Amino acid sequence: MAAGVAAWLPFARAAAIGWMPVANCPMPLAPADKSKRQDELIVLNVSGRRFQTWRTTLERYPDTLLGSTEKEFFFNEDTKEYFFDRDPEVFRCVLNFYRTGKLHYPRYECISAYDDELAFYGILPEIIGDCCYEEYKDRKRENAERLMDDNDSENNQESMPSLSFRQTMWRAFENPHTSTLALVFYYVTGFFIAVSVITNVVETVPCGTVPGSKELPCGERYSVAFFCLDTACVMIFTVEYLLRLFAAPSRYRFIRSVMSIIDVVAIMPYYIGLVMTNNEDVSGAFVTLRVFRVFRIFKFSRHSQGLRILGYTLKSCASELGFLLFSLTMAIIIFATVMFYAEKGSSASKFTSIPASFWYTIVTMTTLGYGDMVPKTIAGKIFGSICSLSGVLVIALPVPVIVSNFSRIYHQNQRADKRRAQKKARLARIRVAKTGSSNAYLHSKRNGLLNEALELTGTPEEEHMGKTASLIESQHHHLLHCLEKTTNHEFIDEQMFEQNCMESSMQNYPSTRSPSLSSHAGLTTTCCSRRSKKTTHLPNSNLPATRLRSMQELSTIHIQGSEQPSLTTSRSSLNLKADDGLRPNCKTSQITTAIISIPAPPALTPEGETRPPPASPGPNTNIPSIASNVVKVSAL
Amino acid sequence: MGAVGNSSSLQTKQREPSKDIAWWYYQYQRDKIEDELEMTMVCHRPEGLEQLEAQTNFTKRELQVLYRGFKNECPSGVVNEETFKQIYAQFFPHGDASTYAHYLFNAFDTTQTGSVKFEDFVTALSILLRGTVHEKLRWTFNLYDINKDGYINKEEMMDIVKAIYDMMGKYTYPVLKEDTPRQHVDVFFQKMDKNKDGIVTLDEFLESCQEDDNIMRSLQLFQNVM
Repeated sequence: MAAGVAAWLPFARAAAIGWMPVANCPMPLAPADKSKRQDELIVLNVSGRRFQTWRTTLERYPDTLLGSTEKEFFFNEDTKEYFFDRDPEVFRCVLNFYRTGKLHYPRYECISAYDDELAFYGILPEIIGDCCYEEYKDRKRENAERLMDDNDSENNQESMPSLSFRQTMWRAFENPHTSTLALVFYYVTGFFIAVSVITNVVETVPCGTVPGSKELPCGERYSVAFFCLDTACVMIFTVEYLLRLFAAPSRYRFIRSVMSIIDVVAIMPYYIGLVMTNNEDVSGAFVTLRVFRVFRIFKFSRHSQGLRILGYTLKSCASELGFLLFSLTMAIIIFATVMFYAEKGSSASKFTSIPASFWYTIVTMTTLGYGDMVPKTIAGKIFGSICSLSGVLVIALPVPVIVSNFSRIYHQNQRADKRRAQKKARLARIRVAKTGSSNAYLHSKRNGLLNEALELTGTPEEEHMGKTASLIESQHHHLLHCLEKTTNHEFIDEQMFEQNCMESSMQNYPSTRSPSLSSHAGLTTTCCSRRSKKTTHLPNSNLPATRLRSMQELSTIHIQGSEQPSLTTSRSSLNLKADDGLRPNCKTSQITTAIISIPAPPALTPEGETRPPPASPGPNTNIPSIASNVVKVSAL
Repeated sequence: MGAVGNSSSLQTKQREPSKDIAWWYYQYQRDKIEDELEMTMVCHRPEGLEQLEAQTNFTKRELQVLYRGFKNECPSGVVNEETFKQIYAQFFPHGDASTYAHYLFNAFDTTQTGSVKFEDFVTALSILLRGTVHEKLRWTFNLYDINKDGYINKEEMMDIVKAIYDMMGKYTYPVLKEDTPRQHVDVFFQKMDKNKDGIVTLDEFLESCQEDDNIMRSLQLFQNVM
């Protein structure tokens, strides 16, 4: 139980009154709050630091906590001060707001802590002054993204059972990690994309000569093999595209999306080639179409996150890229013109026109320098060198912006991946905390640390010393104890639950089992069982069922320990029936061969002591002997 | 901590309405972008301490303590159902306390607004901890009467008892069976339904509870909780 909600414990205990009419047994006594109720020193400290200000200063903003009568709830009569158990650092900013009218956001403060404090004092964050507003909003956006990310992954974790087939398929396509089938599909399509791209490339490699003709590319030499490979790949791609189209939640949006256009463009040339006849004039166009097959390589972007990030970066840096292009174009035109007029005079110059100089300018500005066009005049050389220097500058300017964009998006993705990896650790921590509190209750029950036992022993001094720190704990345990009494069931932990299941399932075996039955029966005859009027379940009716169910039938017998004679008869009848039921499976001789002894669950012994004596003394005497060495037999 | 709600907002944005169209358009654009990020702030302030002291059976000091705890978990001054369920679930880590917390919330939220203010909270606590037996039983009857029609029928009782059993969780001894709640409800109805007409009225409930010593004793159990 978190310390923060300890203040709500009175509420939880009061709400327990709702269980009282339903319960059949009397409730345990409440732990007495013997410690003197400490007067919390309601000093107008904020956690020890005293602030002083005029009352009228606070009353400037009557909509807030400090400006209204709400602060009377925090007034301490003795010291005549108001005490707030909050962060004094943030309170400084809050108080400054009252003094100056401007709310500032300190950079070192965590955004959620700051928001909490503002909410507590009743101040809207919109009032933050312009000087700090941008920073505040940025931090808040980051935080919100983180929360949304967490929520998304949480929602993804929950398996929604009511997903239609179509929805499961779409989920499998989008997140290959959801199921093994999706993963297999993912890898298979990836493999075929790679095969297709490689065949496209290898097709054009010269493959050795056929005697009597010139060197052929591999595509023409083994045309049948390549055609088969191409067909196979296109089959797979077509099937994949159709499946995605079927599973897409919004088909129109899917058709318009970039990936689906790439898919279509990748497989279209093949079909067009099938349909088209071997006509001379169109075959030229057909050859051009085959170029589009290279677009299949873009299908890899579904498989590679880095590619997607690159594409996304380029999209988000569209304005920077546009600026780069524009400034380059300007510079190219200027320098091409200058070079043309500078080289006009020289003979046999390659700079035949301004567009022809474009090639030289581009090659020079990007510092490629092929050397197929070089200036020969001195003026040309001077302008050429200025051109290459300015080229370096113009290109170097927008590139860092693009790079930083890429790095920001990349790091965001890294953070998301890291969070997902840490999620397991985080969930484990939460689970540990949760089981910690439930184990605390079971632990205290086991050690018999129930408050009534302590009070009965009548040692108030020791009680004081040991109990003041854990009064909350004992009250919480008392609450859980009341719930147990209301429902007639007890809390146990997971291992004991499994053990009980195993024990009870072992109890289907004849004769050697009866002692342990009685031990269970003796232990669970509580006061409630005497008065409860539950119907007796005969095990006969359930025997065809699995062992687990018959185990549960046994547990109802435990509750119905009201009439011990009927218990014995049912027990014996159970043994008989068990014999009948299990005869085909095992012979009595086999049972004695393998003996496994499991130590008695520790809960049995103390509970046997604290419970009121059961109806019949017989099973009770068995308890000490049985509890010490419960013998289990398995028919292995 | 939940600060989400849209009722009884005593604080509004401090801007005059007589701005020009361009400004509104700018605001709209800005808000549209950040709509998902912002949460509407609701702030509720309870009535004064003296008033509450007069209306409930608590002393000023007790009200102060209660309010501080309340405000700590819900700085906005109202509890919504989610926060309520979360708080209640912290006390019952073994099982699922959300159903019972839902019924509790409806019992606290007397005006059915979807949020519990401090006054509702303290009024209910005053009845539960300091009220007369009659008041407590009436409150419990109101809790069990899910649809607030004045009668408890078997389905409502099944829901309540099932919710209580849900809080136990899976790992119980003896093992929880499917029809344990049903049996429990049958026992309850046998006791409470005097004229065997299948529903329990308030009078039948009061009468049956007052006859049962266990219940009477249990009701006094939490006298000194505060």
